[in-house]
Amino acid sequence: MMSDQQITGGSAKNDGIPAGLWMRCPECGDMLFKKVVEENLHVCPSCQHHFRIGARLRVKQLLDEGTFEELFADIEPIDPLGFVDKKSYADRLKAEQLKSGEKDALVCGKGFVKGRPLAIGVMDPNFMMGSMGSVVGEKLTRTIELAAEEKLPLLIVSCSGGARMQESTLSLMQMAKTSAALGRLDEAGCLFISLLADPTTGGVTASFAMLGDFILAEPKALIGFAGPRTIWNTIKQELPEGFQRAEFLQEKGFVDFIVPRKDLRLEIARLIDYCVK
Amino acid sequence: MSTTTLEKSSSAPRPVLKHTLSFEQPLAKLEQQILELEAMQAQKQIDYTSELRQLRSNYTALLKKTYENLSPWETVQVARHPQRPQFRDYVELMCREFRELHGDRRFADDKAIVCGLARLGVHKIMLIGHHKGRDTKEKIACNFGCAHPEGYRKALRCMKLAEKFGLPVVTLVDTAGAYPGLGSEERGVAEAIAVNMMEMSRLRTPIVSVITGEGGSGGAIGIAVADRVAMMEYAWYSVISPEGCSGILWKGSDNAADAAAALKLTSKDLKQKGIIDQIVPEPLGGAHRDPHTAAHHLEQYLSKTLKDLKRCKIDNLLERRYEKFREQGVYASKTSRMTKVG
Repeated sequence: MMSDQQITGGSAKNDGIPAGLWMRCPECGDMLFKKVVEENLHVCPSCQHHFRIGARLRVKQLLDEGTFEELFADIEPIDPLGFVDKKSYADRLKAEQLKSGEKDALVCGKGFVKGRPLAIGVMDPNFMMGSMGSVVGEKLTRTIELAAEEKLPLLIVSCSGGARMQESTLSLMQMAKTSAALGRLDEAGCLFISLLADPTTGGVTASFAMLGDFILAEPKALIGFAGPRTIWNTIKQELPEGFQRAEFLQEKGFVDFIVPRKDLRLEIARLIDYCVK
Repeated sequence: MSTTTLEKSSSAPRPVLKHTLSFEQPLAKLEQQILELEAMQAQKQIDYTSELRQLRSNYTALLKKTYENLSPWETVQVARHPQRPQFRDYVELMCREFRELHGDRRFADDKAIVCGLARLGVHKIMLIGHHKGRDTKEKIACNFGCAHPEGYRKALRCMKLAEKFGLPVVTLVDTAGAYPGLGSEERGVAEAIAVNMMEMSRLRTPIVSVITGEGGSGGAIGIAVADRVAMMEYAWYSVISPEGCSGILWKGSDNAADAAAALKLTSKDLKQKGIIDQIVPEPLGGAHRDPHTAAHHLEQYLSKTLKDLKRCKIDNLLERRYEKFREQGVYASKTSRMTKVG
């Protein structure tokens, strides 16, 4: 299910990175020199707020320079159901492709982290809020199958509002498809690291994101099944402080550990060294 | 469990439906006329046989016409009919024996998902399904069929038992969705659903799933990864409820009917898209009019399917189960694993 995140957005224009030299941190309100934020891996130097970042930027931050080999890039979305709400899905796809420069919400392939080879899939919050439809499901599954076949460790970075409504039950099926593929990866004895970035909700949380051998999260990332607004509408009660944030999930036992963005490469390399012969 | 809905009825009107759906108003009116005429006949000793025959035939014709032309939104309402048979009704109508098993051995016994050992025809099975509850007390106990993580974990515990002792698993899905509440999130409902899907995809025993009423999103597929997936004729199955979809895409709940149509959530749509294997027919006018016949059709489907699946070698079954879900998805691609267009 798509979470409330889709309503509140997270599109390029309100992810806190406007054009120009200066930007304001949505968390602490400080005016920041954009270049400094970029050099700090898109983390606010004042309050450590982790900005949402696109898939390609994430790949660039995580992998050794020049080692990324993109795969399955030819897989493109089509509108299988002729879905129309206020706008047709076909038009929405075109607009999102133009806006994000991506064909859909996942970039995947192979690369190296501190010299260690791995397969990687990264969701892109700038494309329909990183939602999972047939393309995301297919590309992820191919990446998982590739990891199993080549005995590579697998890293998936989740950043998504959930399953994509416009592909309805087909999106739902991607949850089962990716989970089944991860079952095989598990049987192949391969390492799967699931990194949860802000936000990870709905059908993405309820499938591959929660199936990691290790589940890592960025600080304060929103992680949950139902969106906070849906929950509020159901129970009509104040939600506890920090509810559905990474720290809350660690407290409740669903996240192994929280990693600030600057330490991600180190921690991933460390896990690989423990688990891969 | 309520038995009021289990009275034998036929397409001829009987005053068994306490709840009339809005699109069924013309039917209810006809039904009323028939009842009045019958009463008059009994009271005044006048012979209205031919008039009654005509009215009954009109009723049946209208019932047929109404149900042949249900809109997706009307189908959703039929799937939610308060008198639609539920898990415990089906157990009573189909199974010679049912030994319920409680609890996930972790936290609690979630009454929104019921599990147990059952005999269905010649088959000994593990039967699992959502139960919404009939009266207010039972509905609250069952949380209206919206399970917490412990429901999914109980289901998995029972599936593992079935695997160990070579019993096939049958799941009956009827939920608006997993419960979106505090405890549900705290105890990891997303993780529970994810683990169930992964484990079901490799469970070494045959699995059959039938969406009997509502197939609401992750809460449904969390017990519906199977060798065969079927739907009752007027069930629905989708990534989100029509109301939820309307709320997000139309910014209000007024467009639920539009959302229901856009989501392609009926059994006919999903059979056509190859997402489900079969449609289990319902009696004329829906399962709520005739639970016995509905249960009979369901039992026939399950018996036959279990017989077929038991013949297969488990490794072949697992390979096909994997491929069944692996092939789902529609996209354009130049390179193929399974390229599908249109």
